[in-house]
Amino acid sequence: MALADVKQTATEARLAALTLPEGGCLETARHAALSRVQTMGLPGRRDEYWKYTRPDTLTAAEVSKATVFATDEEPMFNEFDRLRVVFVDGVFDPEASDDLSLEGVTIDRIADICGKDIHWAKDLYGVLEARGQNPVERPLAALNTAFAQDGVAIHVTGKPSKPINLVYVHSDEMSDAILHHVIRVESGAEVTILENGPAASRFNKCMEIDVADTGKLHLVRAQGRDHERRAATHMFARLGTESVFKSFTLTVNGVLTRNEAVIELLGDDAIAHIAGACVGDGDFHHDDTVFITHDAVNCESRQVFKKVLRNGATGVFQGKILVKEGAQKTDGYQISQSLLLDDDSQFLAKPELEIYADDVICSHGSTTGAIDEEALFYLRSRGVPTGEATDLLTLAFLAEAVDEVEDPEIAASIVARLEGWLSRRR
Amino acid sequence: MLEIKNLHVKLEDEDKQILKGLDLKVEAGKVHAIMGPNGSGKSTLSYVLSGRDGYEVTEGSATLDGEDLLELDPEERAALGVFLAFQYPVEIPGVGNMTFLRTAVNSQRKARGEEEMSAAEFLKMVRAKAKELKIDADMLKRPVNVGFSGGEKKRNEILQMAMLEPKMCILDETDSGLDVDAMKLVADGVNALRDEGRGFLVITHYQRLLDHIKPDVVHILANGRIVKTGGPELALEVENNGYAGILAEVA
Repeated sequence: MALADVKQTATEARLAALTLPEGGCLETARHAALSRVQTMGLPGRRDEYWKYTRPDTLTAAEVSKATVFATDEEPMFNEFDRLRVVFVDGVFDPEASDDLSLEGVTIDRIADICGKDIHWAKDLYGVLEARGQNPVERPLAALNTAFAQDGVAIHVTGKPSKPINLVYVHSDEMSDAILHHVIRVESGAEVTILENGPAASRFNKCMEIDVADTGKLHLVRAQGRDHERRAATHMFARLGTESVFKSFTLTVNGVLTRNEAVIELLGDDAIAHIAGACVGDGDFHHDDTVFITHDAVNCESRQVFKKVLRNGATGVFQGKILVKEGAQKTDGYQISQSLLLDDDSQFLAKPELEIYADDVICSHGSTTGAIDEEALFYLRSRGVPTGEATDLLTLAFLAEAVDEVEDPEIAASIVARLEGWLSRRR
Repeated sequence: MLEIKNLHVKLEDEDKQILKGLDLKVEAGKVHAIMGPNGSGKSTLSYVLSGRDGYEVTEGSATLDGEDLLELDPEERAALGVFLAFQYPVEIPGVGNMTFLRTAVNSQRKARGEEEMSAAEFLKMVRAKAKELKIDADMLKRPVNVGFSGGEKKRNEILQMAMLEPKMCILDETDSGLDVDAMKLVADGVNALRDEGRGFLVITHYQRLLDHIKPDVVHILANGRIVKTGGPELALEVENNGYAGILAEVA
């Protein structure tokens, strides 16, 4: 079917502004992705999947300016011993990065892999993204696969002694970055990957994650605080038997964020937890779009998303659990909640369950509420001032999401950031 | 210590007068009990004194050691030394009991310009006080009042009172929902806090709590006013004859 004219024109304009990297072992995948984008067209306002989030600034040929946020605060995760892989405006910076060699893991630059004829990443790059286009199209991810300038391929074969930290520095107020990472966690291997920073004025990131049987991946990211930055991110994960994938995302500020997670539980007894906490003030639009497919027996999935919104901020949640025929003993849980700190903010939620197996437990809930006045008075009657009491109740609201972070020190570091954000707005 | 003069209070949302000229004076070191039938204004009095929204003072005053309470925010009243033990303590999911207690203690100290309590000092104090009230470590770790039984909630109120060491303690039907043993435990906790520098206002329906917390003065509140004041024997009279007799007598 031919695309509507408007969509066709917009897609062509965006593609014309980009250059497809040529040659090497990823070329076939890139060409295939390009043809997917051309067939699908970039998302438009009338697409059902973009009903609550305007995609135009994410798909436009031109990037919108975003001022670099100046802060003298310690960078996120600075207190931890970690291996830093630094990207500045979407380009790998070897000077700022640590030595990429670490026992139990190999890290290669996508830009380097492009020049090679053979690399393990060839079997993953664009593969999960392509799978994730069905049943819902995700054209921005295909665009990413085709045009990604940089990124890393992380192959985890053991248990690295420290986390790998992907650091995304934003330095140019007109930067437009496309990063693509592929991660394979081998059987019995386990790793923690940290991500932080705004990356660019406009950031399109795609992460393909393949966790083999009994592999474990912990992913914790903190999206940067630059107020005017925009981001569209995708994670595509495929989980093998008894594997574990846990992801948590902290978002503070950012004029527009769309985080998509597409998870397939393909091996029995696999576990996937996808969580997020976001706090937004004013010109802030945050969209979590999650699609979890249960296609094996006795798997567990959890989605826990909490949003604190004020001064006209908007939160969106679209979350789906699809339980395929035969995926018996599935345990699926989904909660999305917002705390609106005033009457101007809004939360739009679309929870979905689609179940084709008859012996499953699936629950979902979505709520929108204000600060509990009873609890607030109780705290104040004990001498806690209104501002502090409100913060305490707000953090309590976010706690269920932050609790999804397994490492207590990382969780504490996230809570500290949230406390800081809240106290600056008292 | 606590001095209430000609207090008139109506509900903010509806045109309903609840307190109609209440006078009351609680001296330091004394326990005053307020008894009264349903709807007489007992709980309203406790909420107005602690600063809850929804009530409008149309006339009169309430002061603590000469300071006008009615002008102050709830947290300022707390820092001055007002403490209300809630009839229905509020559950706060996600806020640990310990965090809550420490934040409360240190907020009040800060407001009074005192040094904050160190973590070690606080822990030592809370453990000792909790032990007296048979509050175990698990209850301290759990979120505030979440999943607590009726008795546990009331004990938790008394623990807060013990930690905050207020000047003026108001107990709003602390006996409600308690069995005999729990009531004894709560009463012991209150009695341990009786002190020359501290006043108590014990609001209750029944005389039985006053068997354990012996009042110096008993007031009968009816239709928004104190209609009769006497010694502990007044509580017994209520127990034996109900309110009807007393109300008929003062009418």
